[in-house]
Amino acid sequence: MELLLVFLIGVLYAAGVYLILRRSMVKLLLGIMLFGNATNILIFLLGNIVKGKPPIIGADFKVFQDIYADPIPQALILTAIVISFGLTAFAIVLLKRVYALINSDDLDDLNTPEEEDI
Amino acid sequence: MIDNLIINTVLIHLFTAITQLIFWRKTVTQRILSVAGCFFGLVSAIRLFYKVYNQGILTMNAANWDAPFGIVFVADLFSSTLVLLTAIAGISVSIFSATGIGRARMLYGYFPIFHFLMMGLNGAFLTGDIFNLYVWFEVIIISSFVLMTLGGRKAQLEGAVKYMAMNILASTFFLTGIGILYGLTGSLNMASLALEVPKISNQALINITAMFFLIGFGIKSAVFPLYFWLPSSYHTPPSAVAATFGGLLTKVGIYALFRVFTLIFTPDEFMKGTFIVLAVMTILTGAFGALIKDNIRRLFSYLIVCHIGFMIGGLGLYTTLAITGAIFYLIHDIMVKTNLFLIAGLIRQLRGSMHMGKLGGIYAAYPKISLLIAVVIFSLVGIPPLSGFWPKIYLFNASFASQQWFYVAAILIGSIVTLYVIAKFWAQVFWKDACDDEIIVDNFQNLSKFKKGLLVVPILLMASVSVYIGLNAEVIIQVSTRISNELMEKTPYIQAVLGT
Repeated sequence: MELLLVFLIGVLYAAGVYLILRRSMVKLLLGIMLFGNATNILIFLLGNIVKGKPPIIGADFKVFQDIYADPIPQALILTAIVISFGLTAFAIVLLKRVYALINSDDLDDLNTPEEEDI
Repeated sequence: MIDNLIINTVLIHLFTAITQLIFWRKTVTQRILSVAGCFFGLVSAIRLFYKVYNQGILTMNAANWDAPFGIVFVADLFSSTLVLLTAIAGISVSIFSATGIGRARMLYGYFPIFHFLMMGLNGAFLTGDIFNLYVWFEVIIISSFVLMTLGGRKAQLEGAVKYMAMNILASTFFLTGIGILYGLTGSLNMASLALEVPKISNQALINITAMFFLIGFGIKSAVFPLYFWLPSSYHTPPSAVAATFGGLLTKVGIYALFRVFTLIFTPDEFMKGTFIVLAVMTILTGAFGALIKDNIRRLFSYLIVCHIGFMIGGLGLYTTLAITGAIFYLIHDIMVKTNLFLIAGLIRQLRGSMHMGKLGGIYAAYPKISLLIAVVIFSLVGIPPLSGFWPKIYLFNASFASQQWFYVAAILIGSIVTLYVIAKFWAQVFWKDACDDEIIVDNFQNLSKFKKGLLVVPILLMASVSVYIGLNAEVIIQVSTRISNELMEKTPYIQAVLGT
């Protein structure tokens, strides 16, 4: 399981970097999303995956008797997913607006000369 | 010592923002609420600073969970000083926005978002939990995205794409660093991380994690190879927004760098060298960028980058003296940079342009305002006895003591280029005769006296703070020295948080 996740993280990071380096805005966005997902899985992996051991102390004990699945990484990932959901939603709308304005998906077309109306 | 009132500043801004949402599209009410909210924020920040200055570090455990397990808020002198400066900058920007921001932007929720941004800034300064710091950073960037794009002009959206991409990337790097750090130590509390990190046997892994934090915060604070998003986006939003961004957002990155690299990671020789190289390159590239810009806000954007290097260099020297200088510079910089962008907004009101070639003759038309602006830009350049002069003396002393000659040279070049571009700015905008072939659009003239006051008073307020910092440098030095001692000697912080 761990090994599988390690490869998955590697592929996601690599694909993310590749897409971010492309000139297309949509690919930039997809790259950022893959990057974020790779990070989430990395946190999940680093929190030591334990199967079938919920972090609940038995009724007769005061402390944990066995190793247990750490709930904190999952809480972190949940927070990170929600945040990246919001950011991605904003980014999609922004890129759609930019596309409507400059009629191009190319990041190099973003350099219109300075204008003076604020 | 536990004091549950330290998050007052956060709550006040949250409450203000929510109240303003109730008064959606009632722009007059929103303006009054905004200034009132910022005023209460300022009062509460002064109270916090006063209390921390007299009683030492205050903490608050969220939901009463004990320190390493729950989220903890910590107000040490560094945090409370920055909260105070944020409050001063906040109230100035809020007053300026009342006339400096168009009604169309206010209708789409400029003020609530501004207060959410202020809330995020205060939270980031006060938190003592590294993941909570990440969450506050996200609050800051999502608010700043909205502020940057509000209005939807072409240039704004184009700037926002770069800003958005780089900032989301920075957050991802930061999050990766947090994930690895948690995997290594099993803790997220900064004080407990400070104890756990030196115990890790594989210090190479710690150094790699530190690099993730450096890249994440480096993008946010616009350090040398990662600063390109700043000059290509900060000139696009309205000046009041740019003032908040220029004065405070990059400084949150600096704050986080100082916090993380003094408390959690202790830089080794390689890290210090990296910081010095980054500082030198940031100063030089920022300074040379400023040389060729004609738009005054682009010029100021490059000056932000240039002066970020001064503070990073102070961190790279890593002596108490150097950090004192860097903290003093941070205090001075927040005031002056916010003010510079407000001034840019005022100039735009006076002349309807921000292009140096099209400007001119402001001194002849408005001598009093020009004099006020002169005080601010003299502080920026560091003419003694104004505020930019003293921190540079400290940085000089520290870099001579550590024999970092490149950094000395960079400070010199940075200061001289700043002087040159500011002299050019002064001559072009204020002394030069107004161009004949350009039509001057003087919006300022037609405003009522009250509205004129709303534009000038915030600049006056911040200029007087700058003058106070300069003339009363002894007090600021005392505060900076105490901050620097607190940063270098982490035991009191850890004791205050963990209670042992």
